Amino acid sequence: MSDYNFAYLDEQTKRMIRRAILKGLAIPGYQVPFASREMPMPYGWGTGGVQVSAATLTPEDTLKVIDQGADDTTNAVSIRKFFEKTAGVDTTEETAQASVIQTRHRIPEEDLREDQILVYQVPIPEPLRFLEPSEIETRKMHSLEEYGLMHVKLYEDIAKHGAIATSYAYPVKVEGRYVMDPSPIPKFDNPKMEMAAIQLFGAGREQRIYALPPYCQVVSLDFEDFPFEASKADHPCDMCGATDSYLDEIIMDDAGNRMFVCSDTDYCASRRKAGHVGAQAAAASVALKETAA
Amino acid sequence: MTPLLKVENISKFYGHRIGCKDVNFDLYPGEVMGIVGESGSGKSTLLNCLAGHLDPDTGEVLFEMRDGAMRDTVTMSEPERRMLSRTDWAFVHQHARDGLRMNVSAGGNVGERLMAVGARHYGNIREEAVDWLGRVEISETRVDDRPTQFSGGMQQRLQIARNLVTGPRLVFMDEPTGGLDVSVQARLLDLLRGLVREMGLSAIIVTHDLAVVRLLADRLMVMKDSHVVETGLTDQVLDDPQHAYTQLLVSSVLQV
Amino acid sequence: MIEIKNLSKTFTLHNQGGVVIPVMDAAELSVARGECVALTGASGAGKSTLMRMIYGNYLAAAGSIVVDGVDVVTAEPREILALRREVLGYVSQFLRVVPRVPTLDVVAEPLLAVGVETEVARDRARDLLARLNIPERLWSLSPTSFSGGEQQRVNIARGFAHTYPAMLLDEPTASLDAANRETVLSLIEEAKARGAAIVGIFHDEAARERVCDREIDVAVFTPGVAA
Ligand SMILES: Nc1ncnc2c1ncn2[C@@H]1O[C@H](COP(=O)(O)OP(=O)(O)OP(=O)(O)O)[C@@H](O)[C@H]1O
Ligand SMILES: Nc1ncnc2c1ncn2[C@@H]1O[C@H](COP(=O)(O)OP(=O)(O)OP(=O)(O)O)[C@@H](O)[C@H]1O
Ligand SMILES: [Mg+2]
Ligand SMILES: [Mg+2]
Ligand SMILES: [Zn+2]
Repeated sequence: MSDYNFAYLDEQTKRMIRRAILKGLAIPGYQVPFASREMPMPYGWGTGGVQVSAATLTPEDTLKVIDQGADDTTNAVSIRKFFEKTAGVDTTEETAQASVIQTRHRIPEEDLREDQILVYQVPIPEPLRFLEPSEIETRKMHSLEEYGLMHVKLYEDIAKHGAIATSYAYPVKVEGRYVMDPSPIPKFDNPKMEMAAIQLFGAGREQRIYALPPYCQVVSLDFEDFPFEASKADHPCDMCGATDSYLDEIIMDDAGNRMFVCSDTDYCASRRKAGHVGAQAAAASVALKETAA
Repeated sequence: MTPLLKVENISKFYGHRIGCKDVNFDLYPGEVMGIVGESGSGKSTLLNCLAGHLDPDTGEVLFEMRDGAMRDTVTMSEPERRMLSRTDWAFVHQHARDGLRMNVSAGGNVGERLMAVGARHYGNIREEAVDWLGRVEISETRVDDRPTQFSGGMQQRLQIARNLVTGPRLVFMDEPTGGLDVSVQARLLDLLRGLVREMGLSAIIVTHDLAVVRLLADRLMVMKDSHVVETGLTDQVLDDPQHAYTQLLVSSVLQV
Repeated sequence: MIEIKNLSKTFTLHNQGGVVIPVMDAAELSVARGECVALTGASGAGKSTLMRMIYGNYLAAAGSIVVDGVDVVTAEPREILALRREVLGYVSQFLRVVPRVPTLDVVAEPLLAVGVETEVARDRARDLLARLNIPERLWSLSPTSFSGGEQQRVNIARGFAHTYPAMLLDEPTASLDAANRETVLSLIEEAKARGAAIVGIFHDEAARERVCDREIDVAVFTPGVAA
């Protein structure tokens, strides 16, 4: 612990990142450039999110790290360990217990509170990149609010697939001003972005930070005749029976049997602990009883 | 009638080299002006200064806004100028790839300008795109194809549709028929002529093809060595040219 | 209707050593409504040149050409275009056509340009094409592929579609057969009867005798000939 400054980064770097975060909060959805530092992990492993978390954490914080909803993936575990080691903060898998949650590609199912901070890992912060490769041009488009191009992308989706096929990183407009990439969360999570907690977005390789203050207006782009839908698999969770959570589809065997389970592992576990039982879990317990008998 | 565009003393220098110098003219609503001249005479430089793509070193480009006020587009703010380029102005490039998004479908290319000014109904946008493709003689069945799958003439027609869909009042064209073979050119010209008449457009067309201006332009401006050497009614300039250079230009072209 | 005063014209051939050719000097001409004036003179005397100056196609060196109140010599291009659209018709010797436009539309166009309804304009075009014996099967085709004589008749039909208050006719009967020549002469008589001021060039003497009220020999305006 004494080998490192608190949370790995030196104080000056943290100050610089905090300034970027504050500016981001002051201009919701605006991408603030910052001088990304080398972290002891490769880009693409959440270096942006880690730097934002490092600048956000205080010794009293409790940290939760999720990767696509799960607390137990290698990536989530190693980031959690990193902060346990460099900041000595408490960690948890329970959403409600955490004061800072670093996430990759999901928003927890449980509503977040005003005393919580959600930190996103962002691979490509520029929503206009898809059609306009020039950074100079995209910056100009943001500053002049020229967002027609964003709808061109959605138009192309409908023309090609008959519906807006974009299901991840679905673009949003923040407070009626900046168009923002919400990072590759499923569009099911988009409506949750209007939340009580502070949301911070860090892109390490692209050196950008942006933010959403609490209760900020976040509108998913759409067409009048093709309105935005926060879709998910039309199925209850096979483990906990939840009908309101985002599901992962898991292939069970070569015969093509599959199962739908909450992608938010903590949500699923706490529902099961509270006695909720999904179809597969029920079948499994019946099978178990039969074997026991 | 008041002019739609008043060009006063426009000059543009590239270091020591002169792009264009002291250009003055008025363009009235519904007028089509051709700019001809040899390669390097400053035609594109002038057009780009007028369309806000280049910053002239001297002069004013006064444009009549929708509220009737004349505004200098050289000194107006960039957002205002870009708004004009999306609404009241259109720019047809010589090379379609400069004026189209090659990785977006034909319908998306036409629809972009509508969406840029706030259209948010997919069905209506698509309907309008199909209508415009029809007007430039591109079949509805090609609406979802990308321009890369189109011939040069079709790309050029698509570019025109994309530009005219928002009902601009002033169209800039830099060699719109360049690089196309003669029969394709004729078709494009005929189409342009019809659209210009129908929509009451004002247009400035840069070309080195005198047959093109004879067909499309009401007025002609002849440039040489970065200067305007002659202006006038198109058929008058072509049939009774006054300047030595224009006489040379006209006599060197058979049958215009 | 047409009032020409002290008109002169020179051609400067910059690419032939800058030689200056004076072709007309102190020309005067006045044409009233309902009047047809013939321009005469030897080949090269300047008949076409004068006519082209009235139309604004050639630039005058000095003087004035007032047509229906507009001085063509000093007018802006758009004023000349407006004059040509509304007031001043010109039947030149050659049809200059836009590729791909059907004959019927070529003839109807001058009417559409002054705001006549499409069907009314087309009816008038059909009527004129029929009178000038253009077979109906050709009406939907572009005249680019027509014979020289057919093109000339399409040109005349187009020139007479709109009832211009002033008209310029450059050899309208040249190389026409008797029947078509007769049609053209009656078209001219009808135009005069409705009050059009007409300036014409006719090599066909009988035609000139029949429709023209006066003759002006442009040779008198040739510099150095009549002082
Ligand atoms: N970006 C530039 N930098 C330096 N000089 C330039 C630049 N663009 C044009 N010029 C010069 O300015 C002059 C006018 O060029 P411009 O492109 O306007 O000619 P043009 O009339 O459009 O020619 P063309 O018919 O070949 O397209 C030329 O001397 C050209 O070399
Ligand atoms: N565009 C021109 N450039 C130079 N000279 C011209 C031009 N047009 C006409 N001229 C000259 O002007 C003079 C008058 O020519 P114009 O064509 O008016 O004669 P015309 O009386 O109509 O003869 P014709 O009976 O042969 O048609 C001639 O010397 C002719 O060469
Ligand atoms: Mg050029
Ligand atoms: Mg003649
Ligand atoms: Zn579950």
